[in-house]
Amino acid sequence: MTNAIFTGLMLGGMYALIAMGLTLQYGVARIMNLSYGEFLVAASFASYWLFTGWALNPLLGLAIVVPIGFGVSIILYRVLLTPLVRRAPTRDALEVDSLLATFGMMFIVQGIMLTMFGGAYFSYSFLSIPVTVFGETLALNRLIAFGLAVVFGLALYLALTRTRFGTAIRAVAVDPTAARLVAIDVTSVSAFAFALGGAMVAAAGVLVSMFLTFSASSGVIFTMKALMVVVMGGVGNLLGCLVAGLALGLSESLVATFVDPGLTLAVNFALFLGVLLVKPAGLFGRAQR
Amino acid sequence: MSPTQIAALAAGGAGLVVLALLPFYIDAYYLSLSISLLQFTVLATAWGLFSGPTRYVSLATTAFFGVGAYTVAVLGELLAWPLVLLIATAIGALMALIVGISTLRLSGLHFVIFTFGLAELVRQLVIWYEVNKTRVLGRYVFVDITQSDIYWQLLALAVAVFVIGWLIARSRLGFALRIIGEDETVAKHCGINVTLAKVTLFTISAVFITLVGAIMAPRWTYIEPSIAFNPTISFQVVIMALLGGAHRLWGPAVGSIPLTLLFEFLSTRFPATSTLIIGIVFLLIVYALPSGVVGLWERVSRRKPEPPVAPQVQA
Amino acid sequence: MTAASPAPVLEVSGLTRAFGGLVAVNAIDLAVQTGQIVGLLGPNGSGKTTALNLMSGVLRPDSGSIRFAGQAIEGLPAHRIARLGLARTFQLVRVLNGMSCAENVKAGLAFHRPPLSRGEIDESVDRLLRRVGLANRGGLPASGLTYIDCKRLELARALALKPRLLLLDEWLAGLNPSELLIGIELIRSLKDEGLSILLVEHVMDAIRSLCDRCVVMNSGRRIAEGRPDEVLADPAVIEAYLGVSTDA
Repeated sequence: MTNAIFTGLMLGGMYALIAMGLTLQYGVARIMNLSYGEFLVAASFASYWLFTGWALNPLLGLAIVVPIGFGVSIILYRVLLTPLVRRAPTRDALEVDSLLATFGMMFIVQGIMLTMFGGAYFSYSFLSIPVTVFGETLALNRLIAFGLAVVFGLALYLALTRTRFGTAIRAVAVDPTAARLVAIDVTSVSAFAFALGGAMVAAAGVLVSMFLTFSASSGVIFTMKALMVVVMGGVGNLLGCLVAGLALGLSESLVATFVDPGLTLAVNFALFLGVLLVKPAGLFGRAQR
Repeated sequence: MSPTQIAALAAGGAGLVVLALLPFYIDAYYLSLSISLLQFTVLATAWGLFSGPTRYVSLATTAFFGVGAYTVAVLGELLAWPLVLLIATAIGALMALIVGISTLRLSGLHFVIFTFGLAELVRQLVIWYEVNKTRVLGRYVFVDITQSDIYWQLLALAVAVFVIGWLIARSRLGFALRIIGEDETVAKHCGINVTLAKVTLFTISAVFITLVGAIMAPRWTYIEPSIAFNPTISFQVVIMALLGGAHRLWGPAVGSIPLTLLFEFLSTRFPATSTLIIGIVFLLIVYALPSGVVGLWERVSRRKPEPPVAPQVQA
Repeated sequence: MTAASPAPVLEVSGLTRAFGGLVAVNAIDLAVQTGQIVGLLGPNGSGKTTALNLMSGVLRPDSGSIRFAGQAIEGLPAHRIARLGLARTFQLVRVLNGMSCAENVKAGLAFHRPPLSRGEIDESVDRLLRRVGLANRGGLPASGLTYIDCKRLELARALALKPRLLLLDEWLAGLNPSELLIGIELIRSLKDEGLSILLVEHVMDAIRSLCDRCVVMNSGRRIAEGRPDEVLADPAVIEAYLGVSTDA
């Protein structure tokens, strides 16, 4: 039982980490990024390549991969997504357009990775030393990844709530029109938030690659879990991300332990639908008037 | 009926006869290509039936297609073929009802997320069931269905999807869906049961997709969940319907023909980079043709001067 | 109300709805007698539109009852309420832009129970367009209409439901002075045909000349009720609109 809960919490922490970037991209920039998981896997591949090719510690690799994630995302937003933002008459129209555009992007990123690495599964061994915590044996890399996820999450939370720019980001998330009225440059803030999300997903990709096997086509499942966590938690809400991620992870590991490992996805979906039927705006979402 | 309508009907009938006789005159390669064309035409048109007017982007095509194919894999040898198709229809409809009732009350975006994962969910459930209950994973399909049979069945299904789509567009249901697509709140206040209308159409659309999966199943001799629930189908169907323009009944068909040919070409010539190229084509369509070929054609033809007295709409 | 007045077509009591900690509508009582025009007034953000949304079924009330033509409708879905004969317009005018004017009106006619025949629908479309002053505009796309014509079209769509009660949410807002007179006359003529109307409005001239009674809301609560001239002179109402004078 404790083992199941422990595994669930670790898994949930990972889901929360994965979803944090998406909640920024979707909550602030209103880009429903279906290629999110592909970017995560791309960061995993980058980390793999740095580790096996250059013997670079993934934790140091973060210092390279995360800025690249930020830079690529900002270019992507400026070049590909800004035209859609301009074209869209309403927020809903932008959501549909961005959804389709990122859906295409998903295949492009996946296609590039397939061309470069083929369809095989990859993994590398980094700090897979067993350690004992609360009487449970865990791999050190998982523990480090979990710890860093907490640090990143906390840093992001503080940056959003304690800084001026963070306040601007949250203002755009709540009401872009009103944000414009108080002299916030909505386009720049959206681009920055999207890129910050890109940096977060790059970090998540590196951390995940330390203990999971991945392939060029495993992005979809990450996208799906991240979307579920974001929507369940309430779009744009970091605390919601954490709670929904943990709920998803816990339910998954409990079902895998006590019912059947083949039913984890079913339980994810059941939880997702259950939450939305009771609270359509998500656990921490604002109800619409 | 006006003379032009009679002429159109006659031309359509003649075209249909030609299409029906085609398997007698073409070789296996072209027959196989024609099957692919028909398959995607029906899939894209059926997708457009629901997603066109409601603007709910469904990524669940694979889920229904796979359920149809897998039904044949399980029951194909046990029951008569029409009965197998009937059961596939029933299963597809039931699944669509469950999915529709539980998700179509949600916003369009939540619906997308759900359908995005639906194929994966159904695949996992099928694997779970097969591993735990029947203890077989992967089945051989031994049914007495030739390629020509598949072709004719798909042709009949294509006719059916167009006729039903045409009837829906002329019905109160079709009108209701157009209003829903324009403004859901207004639709509710016009007395439209929005959920019922959406679920009904989603189910009709899903039944066609399930049937395509069932009819196509004998094409493979061996089926396992990862073959039946191949996620690229969902994606191909969306891109075809978008290229053509999903807001008109015949729009998706306009998109399905060139893209089927393109995909066929890519998968034989550039198998390694086909995913990448498909992605680029998709982006081009989203950016350059937001309302599809049909939408573009309508915009161009609308530039012509209109008659001075606007006609009363009686549709 | 005196005993002579006819039965109310709409009777709201204790209606409450909160969003998080904000109680947008707080224990509102309100009644519309058959054939009357009742004004629902109050400063911006006082909960008027939320109250309308609760009555027309966009939102579910947390508590309270809504009786429409003798039937409890609180919590019913919007389409059921519409079919019972409660029609409305929207604060931000909602016209179906992708359709023609005739189709916009048809939207209100096509889903009657029992359904109308095609002939009845076509005849009603023409009659309703004429009724709101859009005769012979049926074939035009709704997207090309001017602001007042959009409002007319929306009204025609609402009337197409054959309503017993019409909810007008700031239907007169944004009209210029001459359009305003036309608009007021149009609403008055609807009343003369026996329609009951609940209108949310800020245009005081319209309120004085149209309303039989008014209910005033502030911060979700009902603060006054009575004849228009009475409530508009009520100190509590003046205070709600203009604020408390500091030297009082």
